[in-house]
Amino acid sequence: MSVVPSVEATPEPRELSVIYNRADRIFRRIVTSGALTSLILLGLIGTFLFVRSAQIFNDRGLRFITGSNWTAGSGDGVILDDFSIGPMLTGTILVSVIALIIAMPLAIGGALYIEFYAASRLRKLLSTLLDLAAAIPSLIFGLWGVVLFTSFGERWSILLNSRFGWVPFIKVQAEVFGRSPFVAGCVLASLITPIITSVSREVFSRTPRDLIDTCYALGSTRWGAIKTVVLPFGRSGVIGGAMLGLGRALGETVAVYLLLNIVFRYNFRILESEGGNIASLIALKFGEATEYELKALVAAGFVLFLLTLVVNMFAATIVEKSTRRK
Amino acid sequence: MSTVVVEPQSQPLAPQPTTPWKPTRKTQFAGAFSIAVVAIAAFAIVLLTGLAGIDGFGLTFLVVFLGATFVRTKRLNPKVRKDAMVGVAICAAAVLAFFPWMSIFVSVVVKGAKGLQPNFFIENMQLTTPDDELNMGGAAHAIVGSIMMVAIAAVITLPLGILSGVYLTEIRGRLTFLVRFVVQSMSGVPSIVAGLFIYTTFVNYTNSFSGLAGSLALAVLMLPTVARTAEEVMKLVPDDLRSASYALGARQWRTSLMVILPTVRSGLTTAGILGIARVIGETAPLLLTSLSNNSYVFNPMGGPIGSLPTYVFGLLQIGTENSINRAWTGSLVLMLLVLVLFLTARYFGGKDNR
Amino acid sequence: METLKQGEIKVVQDSQTSVTTVSASQTTATAVRGLETKNVHAWFGKHHVLSDVSLQFPERTVTGLIGPSGCGKSTFIRLLNRMHEFIPSAAMAGQVLQDGQDIYAPDVDAAAIRLKIGMVFQKPNPFPAMNIRENVLSGIKLAHLQVADHDAIVESCLTRAGLWKEVKDRLTATGGSLSGGQQQRLCIARSLAVEPSVLLMDEPCSALDPGSTLRIEETIKELAEKIAVVIVTHNMQQAARVSDFCAFFLTDGGPGYLVEADATKKLFTNPSDTRTADYVQGKFG
Repeated sequence: MSVVPSVEATPEPRELSVIYNRADRIFRRIVTSGALTSLILLGLIGTFLFVRSAQIFNDRGLRFITGSNWTAGSGDGVILDDFSIGPMLTGTILVSVIALIIAMPLAIGGALYIEFYAASRLRKLLSTLLDLAAAIPSLIFGLWGVVLFTSFGERWSILLNSRFGWVPFIKVQAEVFGRSPFVAGCVLASLITPIITSVSREVFSRTPRDLIDTCYALGSTRWGAIKTVVLPFGRSGVIGGAMLGLGRALGETVAVYLLLNIVFRYNFRILESEGGNIASLIALKFGEATEYELKALVAAGFVLFLLTLVVNMFAATIVEKSTRRK
Repeated sequence: MSTVVVEPQSQPLAPQPTTPWKPTRKTQFAGAFSIAVVAIAAFAIVLLTGLAGIDGFGLTFLVVFLGATFVRTKRLNPKVRKDAMVGVAICAAAVLAFFPWMSIFVSVVVKGAKGLQPNFFIENMQLTTPDDELNMGGAAHAIVGSIMMVAIAAVITLPLGILSGVYLTEIRGRLTFLVRFVVQSMSGVPSIVAGLFIYTTFVNYTNSFSGLAGSLALAVLMLPTVARTAEEVMKLVPDDLRSASYALGARQWRTSLMVILPTVRSGLTTAGILGIARVIGETAPLLLTSLSNNSYVFNPMGGPIGSLPTYVFGLLQIGTENSINRAWTGSLVLMLLVLVLFLTARYFGGKDNR
Repeated sequence: METLKQGEIKVVQDSQTSVTTVSASQTTATAVRGLETKNVHAWFGKHHVLSDVSLQFPERTVTGLIGPSGCGKSTFIRLLNRMHEFIPSAAMAGQVLQDGQDIYAPDVDAAAIRLKIGMVFQKPNPFPAMNIRENVLSGIKLAHLQVADHDAIVESCLTRAGLWKEVKDRLTATGGSLSGGQQQRLCIARSLAVEPSVLLMDEPCSALDPGSTLRIEETIKELAEKIAVVIVTHNMQQAARVSDFCAFFLTDGGPGYLVEADATKKLFTNPSDTRTADYVQGKFG
C-alpha cells in the first residue's frame, strides 16, 4: 500500500482576536478617554478660534489680510470698524526672518564648536548652559533687550545706516533708532538660537564615526571632515531646527511688544522704528477691545495659529525624518 | 635559518604613557602669548579709531586675530590655512551665540540681587507703588499666584499627559496616529493663542478673569510637552519587560500599572518638571486670562490674580529706576525657579538608568 | 618548541628574506625602508592595552596581524597612522618610524602622515553624499592636492582596486548602488588616490561574503607589487592566503603583546612558540 503524500497549499493564517476581561476593558477605556481628552482639547483650539472669527472673515474676506488699517469704530456710525492685519502679518514675518538670518550662522557655528572643537569638560559645561539658555523665559529676554541691548542696537543701526543707507530696506525716513525690526530681530535671534543650536548639535553628534575617521585617514583637516561629512549628513536636521526656531519667533509676544513700536503701516525698512507682529497686536489691543474688535483679534490669532502650525508641522516632519535615518 | 632567544638583562622601568600629539607647554605658552598680543593690538586700534564698547573691541579682536592667523599659516598647505581660519570663525560664532545668554545670567544676578530682601518674599504690592524704594513692598502675591496657577495646571496636565503616553505606547489603538500628530503640532502653538483660546471660551463663559483661566491656558501649553516626554520615556522601556509580564499571565492593566509605570517613574517626573519649567515664565497667556493683581488672591475663581511674569511685565512698562530694579529681582526669582526645576529634572532624568 | 615567557623577545633572522624582528635593547637592526615600530605601547587612560610591540613592514610585502579578539591588533594598526590619538584618553609610548623618521615627533604634520599611510576600515563606507567618481577623488580634494588629470586618476585607482570594469559606465551613480564587496573596493580605490606607500586594512573582509572576499584578496596581492599592506584579520586561512609575513598577538587578560612574527609559511607550518601552534591549529581563539 503506497501512501501518496497529499500536496497541500500553504494554509491561510488564522484570525486571532483578543478579548479583554472587565478590568482590562475599564483600564483601556480610562486610558483612551485620557488620550481622547488631550486630542479634543488641543484639536478644539483651531475650531474655536475659527468659529469665533468666522464673522470677520465673512465680512471682510481677503481684505482682512491685505488691508492696512486697524480702526475701532466709534459705535455711532461716524467712524466705521476697519480691521486688517496686513502690516502686522508682514511685520511678524519680517522680524522672524531677520531673527533667523542672524541666528543660523551662530547656531551652526556654536553647535560645531561644542561638538568638534571643545574639550570634553568644556563641552559638558556648554551643553548645560545651552539647555539652561533654552529655558530662559522670553520675558527676561525682553527685559534684557530693553534695558541692556537697545544701546548696542542703536549704535549698530546708526552705523549700518551711515554705511549702507543707500540700500532700499536699510535707509530710514526718521532718524530714530532703537525700536526697530532690526533691534527686535537681534533680541529674537538670541531667543531662538538655543533651540536651533541644540537640534543641530544633536544631529551632528549622530554623524557616523567611521565616516569622520575615513576623512582623517585620507589626511583631511578637521574642517575638511566637517565640510565633507558632517554638514551634508546634518543638513535636514539643521533645517528642521531652523523651522522650530522660526515657529518660536513667529509666535513671540512679549519680547516684540517691548521692543517694537506697533505702527499700522507696511514697513520693510528694518532700521525704521515701526512695525509690530500679530502676537503683540493682540496683547496691545486686547484690553480695551469692543466686541467686534475682539472678534478681529481672534481672527488675527487664528491666522497666526495657522502660520505657526504649518511651520511646526514642516519642522516636525523634517526632524523626524533626520532622526529616523540612523 | 637560525633562531636566537635573547634574554633581556634587567627589566627596565615600565614605559610611561605619553601623548606626543598634544601641544607642549611651550606651544601652549606661545599660543597664549600671541592671543595677548592680538588683544593689545586690538585695544590700541580701538583707542585710535574710536570704535566704542565691548562690541567694537570684540570685532577688532576678531579681525586682527583672523589677519594674524592668515599670516601665520602663509607657508603651510592651503587646506591647513583654511582649517585654521574656519576654526577661528567657528569659535567666534560660538562666543557670539553664548554671549547674550551669559549676559542675561550675569545681569539677572547682579541687578536682581539688590532687591532680594526679605520683604520681597513677604509683602505684596497692595500698599506700595512700583516706584517706591526696594525695601518696601514685595512679590509674595505674585509668587503665590504663580505657584497656585502652575500647580492647578500640573494637576490637570500630568494625568492627561501620562494617559496619552500610556495610550501611545501600550494600547496603540486606532487613534494613535491622530493623537501623536495633534500633540506634535500643538507643541508649537504660540502662547498668546493659547491665552486667546481660553479667553474666548472659559473667561467668556464665566464672565471673569481668574486664576483658573490662567491655569487652563498654561495647561494648554504644558500638555504637549508632558505628553511627548511621557511617550518618549515609556518608549525606552524594553519590550522584554512587557513580554516577561505577559508571559507570567498578567493582564494589560496590571502590566502597565505595576510593571511599566514604576519603571519609568523618574522619567515621568522629569516630564512633569519639564512641563512646569516650560510654563512658569509664560507671560502672554496670563495677560489674557488672569491679568494681574497687587494683593493676595487665594481663590482660583476669585478674579484677576498676580503672577511673577505679569508682575515683572507690569513693572517693565512703568520704567522708572526702582520699578526696573524690582523687575530684575522678579526675573532673578523666576530664573532661580527655572534653575531649580531644571536641576531637579536632571537628577530624576538619570535615575531610571541606575 | 620552547614556550617563551612574556617579556622575553625573540630575535628571528631569516637569511633568505632578511627580515629581522629586533629586541628592545638593540637598535642595530638594518634600517629598512618602509614602516617600523619600536617598543610601542598603547593606553586608554590608565588601561594598558598594548605592550612592547616591535615590528617591521618592508615595502612590497603583505603583513598579516593575527590573534584572538581583544589583543590590541586594531589599536596597534591605528597607532601606525596616528588615528589612535582621536580617542580622548589615548596615550602611547615608543616609536613608529616611516623611512626612519618618527611620525610622532613634535613637528610632524599628522595629516601629511595619513596621506602616506592610508587605511581601509572594516565596514565599507563610501561617502553617501558623493557619487563613485567623487568618492575616488575625495582624498585628493580633502588634501588640496594638485592633480593634472582627474579622469586618469579615477581610472587608475579603480583598476588597481579591481573595480574599473564594473563601474566605468556608471561613475556618476552613488556609492550606495554598489554591493558590499564593490563598496569596499571603492574604499580601497579612494585610499589609493592619494598615493600612499603603506595601506592599513582593519578586517576589510569581515563584513563581506566569500566571493567578494576572494576578489579583495586578489586585489591585495596586486597592490603589494607596489606598496606595503598591513592587514588585521581574524581569519587564519585568509592570513595564510594573502600575507607574506604574519605577526601573532595574544593577551593573558592584560595588555596585548606580540608572541611571534615570521614568514607566513613558517608561522603556519613550523612556528617557534607553542601558543602560535595552538592558535593556527584552531585549538583556541
